[in-house]
Amino acid sequence: MNRRRGPAFWCLAAFFGLFVLFLYGPTLTILVLSFQGPSGGLTFPMNGVSLHWFGNLFEKQMVGDFAGSLRRSMILGVAAMLVTVVASFMAGLAFRTRFRGSTIVFYLAIASLIVPSILISLGIGLLFRVLGWEAAWYSSAFGAHLTWTLPFGLLIMFAVFNRFDRRYEEAARDLGATSWQTIRHVVIPILLPSLIGVGLFGFTLSYDEFSRSLYTSGTFNTLPLEIYGMTTNVTTPVLYALGTVTTGVSFLVIGIALVSVIVLRRRRARHGSDAGKAA
Amino acid sequence: MSRVSAWVTYLQVAPLTLVFLLFLVVPIATIVVVSFFDYNTTQIIPAFLLQNYEELLTSPVTWRTYLQTIEFAAITWLLTLLIGFTVAYFLAFHVRSATWQTVLFLVCTIPFWTSNVIRMISWIPFLGRNGLANMTLLQLGLIDQPLEFLLFSDFAVVLAYVHLYTLFMVVPIFNSMMRIDRSLLEAARDAGASGWQTLWNVIVPLCKPGIAIGSIFVVTIVMGDFVTVRLMSGGQTASVGLMMMNAMSLLQYPAAAANAVILLLLVLFTVAAMMRIVDIRKEL
Repeated sequence: MNRRRGPAFWCLAAFFGLFVLFLYGPTLTILVLSFQGPSGGLTFPMNGVSLHWFGNLFEKQMVGDFAGSLRRSMILGVAAMLVTVVASFMAGLAFRTRFRGSTIVFYLAIASLIVPSILISLGIGLLFRVLGWEAAWYSSAFGAHLTWTLPFGLLIMFAVFNRFDRRYEEAARDLGATSWQTIRHVVIPILLPSLIGVGLFGFTLSYDEFSRSLYTSGTFNTLPLEIYGMTTNVTTPVLYALGTVTTGVSFLVIGIALVSVIVLRRRRARHGSDAGKAA
Repeated sequence: MSRVSAWVTYLQVAPLTLVFLLFLVVPIATIVVVSFFDYNTTQIIPAFLLQNYEELLTSPVTWRTYLQTIEFAAITWLLTLLIGFTVAYFLAFHVRSATWQTVLFLVCTIPFWTSNVIRMISWIPFLGRNGLANMTLLQLGLIDQPLEFLLFSDFAVVLAYVHLYTLFMVVPIFNSMMRIDRSLLEAARDAGASGWQTLWNVIVPLCKPGIAIGSIFVVTIVMGDFVTVRLMSGGQTASVGLMMMNAMSLLQYPAAAANAVILLLLVLFTVAAMMRIVDIRKEL
């Protein structure tokens, strides 16, 4: 790496710029087009600017059950987030010691990532059918989502605990803390930014999950299923309005996570670690 | 490890394990069992038949669909690898400040946290008959008729795959690159290696684990995909996933299950081959 930036740098920078444009361009386009006037179509030009299609979104008969599916996906996302954070944190603690069966559990997690989503969806759907149970978004789909969010959570916790300095814990124990107190007042505060990251994964992966919901969500659609249904029979910009709202929710969640991590870092930089102060 | 702490460890890992057993192992076992069942137009009948497999494997449609799916996986793998490697290389070796590195890396990863279906839909105003791409090309006089192959074609399917999944290459490769000891690069230069030689003989071999992890993600996702093929090809192209969906909608569950077992074997075989390159557990 020379001190001066050569042509290689600028070529790569241009490539990177194009890549970012490729990533964001289409989404920005539908963001703009969702403000299409009432007589506008699915492509440019814009026929005026309005909020018409956003209003349209909340009229039940037009687009199916948008509000209901949004609510279900939100609840499911939050539930998946909580379970993912708690279960992966606990498993992360457990994996610090080699216990019998740890390899099996590890490979189960890897399998859960690489087995195609449609197989999990199909399998759970079939299982419920064979058992004569009713598939529903809060039972079978919830489990299906967890098979996707938990491996991510676990792998992140592995990476996090590998960089975690165990001397903090030993110090706490030397000062007479019980193991629960050590976890509650030392480990959790130190790892909080990473736990927020795991939560972000848990929520958004569940909120956007399509394939694993397909045969598992039963009568009532989650939001991605609703959107998918719309793509086949809706040919107005209301589709884009839905896209804008959904993406907006995703960005809001990412934003909240990022801001809380930054705030935590700042506080830590000012006060040192919070560890131990909560008591 | 004392007895008590062993119990604590098992309790800690229990919720996660339970979810995997109930919603991964048992369902896959169900698929395997049902794939041997008999069925008629209204119900599935417990049995032990090889008929589902026989019908599947003797049909030329199956072979064509599998070939098509493997072709998609191969093309997507190559493109995401080239693009992902270049992007990661720029971030890891050409962006010097750590802050900028983090910011640009985040910029790359944020789309991962938004809906795939929406990101596919967002190509419509670009690629459609009256879309931006056609309009621009028409105005520039490069074409005198709108190009039809842009949307609802194999081209659109691959474009969407690359759009959605390049990130799965960028992240692990970037991670591998950040672990490379910078003095190795200096040593290569001091020994007289050109930039390309350093890239090919030092950086690429050290990135192999990242490349393998990224490849596993991309290939398995594309092989099991049906949404992208369905949306972006406009129903003109088949994929193994779609084939299963069709069987499901005709209530031919055992047929779909047999297909699922074959796909699973194919995926596991591919992954096992790639795992030879990398010990995942060591990479964390």
